[in-house]
Amino acid sequence: MTQSVSYVRDTMLPAQDPPALQSGPVKWVLDNLFSGWLNTILTLVSLYVIYQVLSGILPWMFGGIWDASSLTQCREIRDTELGGKEVACWAVIASRWKQLLFGFYPPESYWRVVLALVLFLAAVAPILFSGLPRKMLWLAVVAPFVVFWLLWGGTIWGPICVALGFVLGWAVLTYGEDIAGELAAILGAILIPILYWLFLAGPLARGIADFSSPILGFSSVISLVGATMAAAGIYLVTRRSSEIGATLLAIVAIIMWWAVVDPYLLVRFGLLEFASGAGLSAFGIEYVPSKQFGGFMLSFILGMSGIVLSLPIGIMLALGRQSDLFIINKFSVIFIEVIRGVPLIVWLFTASLLLAYFLPPGTSFDILLRVVIMVTLFSSAYIAEVIRGGLAALPRGQYEGADSLGLDYWQSMRLIILPQALKISIPGIVNTFIGLFKDTTLVAFIGLLDPIGLMTTIRATTDWNGIYWELFVFIGLLFFICCFSMSRYSQYLEKTLRTDHR
Amino acid sequence: MADTATAAAADRSQMQVSDEIAVEIRNMNKWYGSFHVLRDIDLTVYRGERIVICGPSGSGKSTLIRCINALEEHQKGSITVDGTLLSSDIKNIDKVRSEVGMVFQHFNLFPHLTILENCTLAPIWVRKIPKKEAEETAMHYLSKVKIPDQALKYPGQLSGGQQQRVAIARSLCMKPRIMLFDEPTSALDPEMIKEVLDTMIELAEEGMTMLCVTHEMGFAQAVANRVIFMDAGQIVEQNEPKEFFNNPQSDRTKLFLSQILGH
Ligand SMILES: Nc1ncnc2c1ncn2[C@@H]1O[C@H](COP(=O)(O)OP(=O)(O)OP(=O)(O)O)[C@@H](O)[C@H]1O
Ligand SMILES: [Mg+2]
Repeated sequence: MTQSVSYVRDTMLPAQDPPALQSGPVKWVLDNLFSGWLNTILTLVSLYVIYQVLSGILPWMFGGIWDASSLTQCREIRDTELGGKEVACWAVIASRWKQLLFGFYPPESYWRVVLALVLFLAAVAPILFSGLPRKMLWLAVVAPFVVFWLLWGGTIWGPICVALGFVLGWAVLTYGEDIAGELAAILGAILIPILYWLFLAGPLARGIADFSSPILGFSSVISLVGATMAAAGIYLVTRRSSEIGATLLAIVAIIMWWAVVDPYLLVRFGLLEFASGAGLSAFGIEYVPSKQFGGFMLSFILGMSGIVLSLPIGIMLALGRQSDLFIINKFSVIFIEVIRGVPLIVWLFTASLLLAYFLPPGTSFDILLRVVIMVTLFSSAYIAEVIRGGLAALPRGQYEGADSLGLDYWQSMRLIILPQALKISIPGIVNTFIGLFKDTTLVAFIGLLDPIGLMTTIRATTDWNGIYWELFVFIGLLFFICCFSMSRYSQYLEKTLRTDHR
Repeated sequence: MADTATAAAADRSQMQVSDEIAVEIRNMNKWYGSFHVLRDIDLTVYRGERIVICGPSGSGKSTLIRCINALEEHQKGSITVDGTLLSSDIKNIDKVRSEVGMVFQHFNLFPHLTILENCTLAPIWVRKIPKKEAEETAMHYLSKVKIPDQALKYPGQLSGGQQQRVAIARSLCMKPRIMLFDEPTSALDPEMIKEVLDTMIELAEEGMTMLCVTHEMGFAQAVANRVIFMDAGQIVEQNEPKEFFNNPQSDRTKLFLSQILGH
């Protein structure tokens, strides 16, 4: 060819809508479902199968009987009114849904569970959605203890004493480094709170509760508000000179308030009798023992505590596994491998049977707490490995970039490395969480009344003996809603965090 | 490429050098396992000096300047940066790193942060400067490298040359006393090399102490007041640029120059 193209159109023709057969759903169907004789046959066969399945399931589900008091009655209605057509007996859900949700939790206290759930959701919302005001993050600090208190009840000193353990760990980590070195500080910050929780927290809470019943708790509202305001005031005024000093002063203020001002007010205004008369002693609400917990609420508590706790522990383990510090490194590796190498059910039996032997005599250790700890440790080993993958995927240049700017280890981890590593790991993390959430049903085997455990209980009654599918469908639906939301959330999160526009 | 090199620039190369010592390296040795990467390095850098380090691939150039801010640790000898002796004490190391800026071949910007956040991060967390002030400083340096309008974008949205200039601005925001460059232009397309070199030349004119690993010999001629040639982990030859290029002493230098200058 020697000649180049001689004519080129110099104006573009406007694009036209393609003809109907070339666009839209019709084209899609033609292209994808009926594009050849084989495809056409496959499509028709599939349509037939789908029709068969749905025509079996849908009438069963939507024609179900809601109004009956037992399975026998359900069957009667079916035979007399529906001519023997197989339909679901949803009546079991209608009559037992509260039990499936709350187990044997006292019905007059259901509100506490609901309130705890609302509080939990409010506390995680600012963490999950960055559009919400940052101040709400404070909820996340307080909520775990309030939720704990709402669910189990008893004196409020329990959760407060537990919270003190965290303060203790923080203090050891912050001030221990200068005194005993970094390694000792980290180990101390882990071990000291654990020892405290095992041996001191319980007696301390009981002690304060007993001591405080008439005096300190004379009127929950006045005492709490007064002490808080005194502390906050002092903190705000003195904060400028020294953060730590201000914190200490605020703590002193609280103690002084309770030790001096409260009793004075009591005597001065003769409130003592009023207080004990009103039954407000020590901010107590009715105590609900763990064995009354059950149903979906139990799964939710186990799953969510596992999820919330295992993420930070998993992050620490992943960092530990990367660490140059010999002890921390080996501890992380052994921990991860041992926990991950043994089936969860074995750990659950360990929690329910064996742990009692290992613990020092006299320490009673709530079964639910033991299970939460096991579930948490189990999933944190998985999370650690998922995050390790994320850490390994980061180019070394990110570490060097952070180092070269003079950021210290924790700063570069928190600001540079972890945000990116966690972002990469989101699918794996959520996958682990969903697995953990569903695995909580294994606690049925150690006698806890999670939904599966309750099913057995419900079927053991004469009314509902022999009912299976309806309960399975209901429980499955609840789990599906939770797991599917997690999955959707993770996709949303991945999208909002996407900043590499390549 | 860096044909900004002029005769005037050569004169400049003697200006602004004081006799205050910025970096002093004494008899420094480094091994990777049994591999002896750096041998008996002795180097004194005076404040205001612009040093260009060149040499064949694998000769240890990167390793040398990475030792200066302790991204690599050395096993023998001493390195003193700005009066601070580098030891295994992490506090010393962090201090030196906050005084020494480093620009990498692959920029190493933080992709999850905006350009502005990249630049304010270290001042806020290391220098504890209030956010507002840090942002003002960052905008100042971003204007200096001529990309203030990109401040709210993410690194992934910028071209390579722009990213490298952001990386320079990010280091400058820490108000470093010494800047290290490790082949800042080798990952860039030719059009972008000039914009980065111009930024570096501007920096040199302001009297910044610079150590620069580069094969941009035009740049070396324009701004360096000393060129160091390394081979097999040793400093083979060092001289002022004119002498170095016109009258190389050792055979290895001659060979290297003939290869790189394309004769
Ligand atoms: N982490 C490491 N472990 C082992 N050997 C290494 C490591 N990093 C570098 N080396 C070796 O040390 C030598 C010097 O490396 P260096 O990166 O300093 O060379 P360079 O002069 O910068 O080369 P280039 O011009 O290719 O960047 C090379 O032979 C390299 O293979
Ligand atoms: Mg190199």
